[in-house]
Amino acid sequence: MPDQLLFGTEVFLNGLMAGVLYALVALGFVLIYKASGIFNYAQGVMALFAALTLVGIMDGQVPFAHLINAVFGTEVHHFGWNIPSFLAIILTMGVMVALAWIVQQLIFRHLVNQEPIILFMATIGLAYFMEGFGDIMWGSDIKKLDVGIPQGMNALIDEVTYGAFGYGFFIDNLDIVAAVIATILVILLVLFSQYTKQGRAMRAVADDHQAALSVGISLNFIWVMVWSVAGFVALVAGIMWGAKSGVQFSLSLIALKALPVLMLGGFTSIPGAIVGGLIIGVGEKMFEFLIGPMVGGATENWFAYVLALLFLVFRPQGLFGEKIIERV
Amino acid sequence: MKLKLISAAVAAIVAAAPAMADLTFSALSYRTGPYAANGIPFADGYQDYFTLLNERDGGIGGEKINLVECETGYNTEKGVECYESTKGSGALVYQPLSTGITYQLIPKATADGIPVHSMGYGRTSAKNGAVFNNIFNYPANYWDGASVAIKHLLDLNGGDLKGKKIALVYHNSAYGKEPIRTLEELSKKHGYTLTQLAVDHPGQEQKSQWLQIRRERPDYVIMWGWGVMNQVAIQEAVNIRYPMENFIGIWWSGSENDVLPAGEGANGYKALTFHNVGSDYPLYDDIKKYVVDAGKAAGAGDQLGTVLYNRGLYAAMLAAEAAKTAQAMHGTATITPQQMRDGMENLEMTEDKMTALGLPNFGPSFKVSCANHGGDGFGAVTQWDAKAGKWNMITEYMQSDQEVLNPLIAGDSEAYAKENGITPGCN
Repeated sequence: MPDQLLFGTEVFLNGLMAGVLYALVALGFVLIYKASGIFNYAQGVMALFAALTLVGIMDGQVPFAHLINAVFGTEVHHFGWNIPSFLAIILTMGVMVALAWIVQQLIFRHLVNQEPIILFMATIGLAYFMEGFGDIMWGSDIKKLDVGIPQGMNALIDEVTYGAFGYGFFIDNLDIVAAVIATILVILLVLFSQYTKQGRAMRAVADDHQAALSVGISLNFIWVMVWSVAGFVALVAGIMWGAKSGVQFSLSLIALKALPVLMLGGFTSIPGAIVGGLIIGVGEKMFEFLIGPMVGGATENWFAYVLALLFLVFRPQGLFGEKIIERV
Repeated sequence: MKLKLISAAVAAIVAAAPAMADLTFSALSYRTGPYAANGIPFADGYQDYFTLLNERDGGIGGEKINLVECETGYNTEKGVECYESTKGSGALVYQPLSTGITYQLIPKATADGIPVHSMGYGRTSAKNGAVFNNIFNYPANYWDGASVAIKHLLDLNGGDLKGKKIALVYHNSAYGKEPIRTLEELSKKHGYTLTQLAVDHPGQEQKSQWLQIRRERPDYVIMWGWGVMNQVAIQEAVNIRYPMENFIGIWWSGSENDVLPAGEGANGYKALTFHNVGSDYPLYDDIKKYVVDAGKAAGAGDQLGTVLYNRGLYAAMLAAEAAKTAQAMHGTATITPQQMRDGMENLEMTEDKMTALGLPNFGPSFKVSCANHGGDGFGAVTQWDAKAGKWNMITEYMQSDQEVLNPLIAGDSEAYAKENGITPGCN
């Protein structure tokens, strides 16, 4: 195989893997939009908050330590214990469920039947509040996140491809784990929404709030449930991205990576988030590989949006989005 | 009643206003936002040094120091707002802590007659004080950094880089592009090939760049990164098993924050510096005694001895020394910003002075003058020891290639002077 073709194949595969990571973030947006019509601007910050909480619990960090010390003149920072990652993930999930309940009770319960733009504005406020709250609760230092996911080059793929082509492909173990987790997550979410009572209720709420209420579905419960599931997806995304860069404020910016995925895959389709992620991941990586050197590189951020816009022109609802039909 | 209210309001305003007799220093800090993890230690070091001077020495020349802190969030617009809202406080000098803010403040501060000190960042050609009267960037600038990195590689290769491949991984911004011209000029002189790899802000996704490095196998990688870009780049280098001792970051890519997330894999990573590392200095005994133990440390008081804390400390120390120089020059303790500028332009830092200040072997010796607002361009290389969890300085201070850099600085500053109708000259 010629060298350029080999390199191109490696870039293609890595694009697919990057796409999975983008899709993980996009999934959270889709879940909430599908169930409530809210474009949740705070999804990226939820990933940050979930990852901060996970590291804090694992390391036995005292929440609000800085504030407590400043007010009471104490010197408390750690409880002195470390919690295994699996247990910490469960506890973090509990925090995310509590957060979902609080968000529902304090914000969205009061905004039922408001215009989508009002709900969107509320999530912007929520995002900025959570950024500051997370900072005060866990501190703004960069934290190492290690939940035992292997990182670095997959030796087997390297050896096999080297044996076959004389060039070993680089695939990150973390990306492989992310791909497996994303696949399981999507299957579970599809099964949940199609075959469980709560899932069907969620779809009913998404179709028509009033009709769902009239048949006895609790809007309150469904929205708390959806925000909790989105919190879980945010936790998974936070773990994957946090393992790459450490848990830090910039994690909240991963939402920027999800937007073109949503534009392309549609705001209401779970499989669309995955397929959209893969197309964006491969598209931006291949463009950077083939065209980037001719235009000075750093094309990935803007090219993802160009790609999404191109799809939008021909299919405004996205690849898998529900077709918008307005009867007059 | 009305009179009482007016009197109370006036009294409140007077009480809230800074005491103009004090020496006011500004701190454009960023304790919030995506770069807070880096902004906090710098701001703490900067503040703690002035607190030490107030507590131990009663200020500078008998005048207490009034530090006015303003949060920029590392945002250029907010930084400019901070400048505009605090310049009336009588701030003697501004340290913008951001290349973007520095560029905005160059014309404003020059017009207002307030000096700006951009230490290790900002506009490199501001070194030419004949054009940039109020702007200072001692002790080293980005072009010095690029040159010192190449000098280090020359040392490692017996003075010969012919045929070597060097890749520059840079933040795709004005800051990240700063070293390109210098590295290109030096490649002509030393015969290495330079590959440029731009990384888009914020730099969380760098797979394409590191796959290219894996394919092309450059002998060395130099990085001009900031924030999350640093941590991701170091992790990606570990992932592709790039030899970390061949990977060198600029001084803004060389703090504990940058290497800790990659764990053991980051061992051997190198970074440039213009000041020493650690807390094993007599000055730290005083900081513990007068600041930390007295409960007056900035922030949580947990950043002492980190790379960026030391940088903030050093920045404050250079500001204080310039203020002392100004006081001596003008025979007054209550100096003005213009007199502070004179102090900065006549600042001389020697090893004897550093030792007397409690920081022996901490920073390079240099002398500022009208023609040279940037010092003598000395830098060194540090290396991360992951096991010990600390940086070690592994070289002596090396001077940048003045033969190559001086014409570049002259050319750039003269072009700026022409564009802005400035007649270069020294007072």
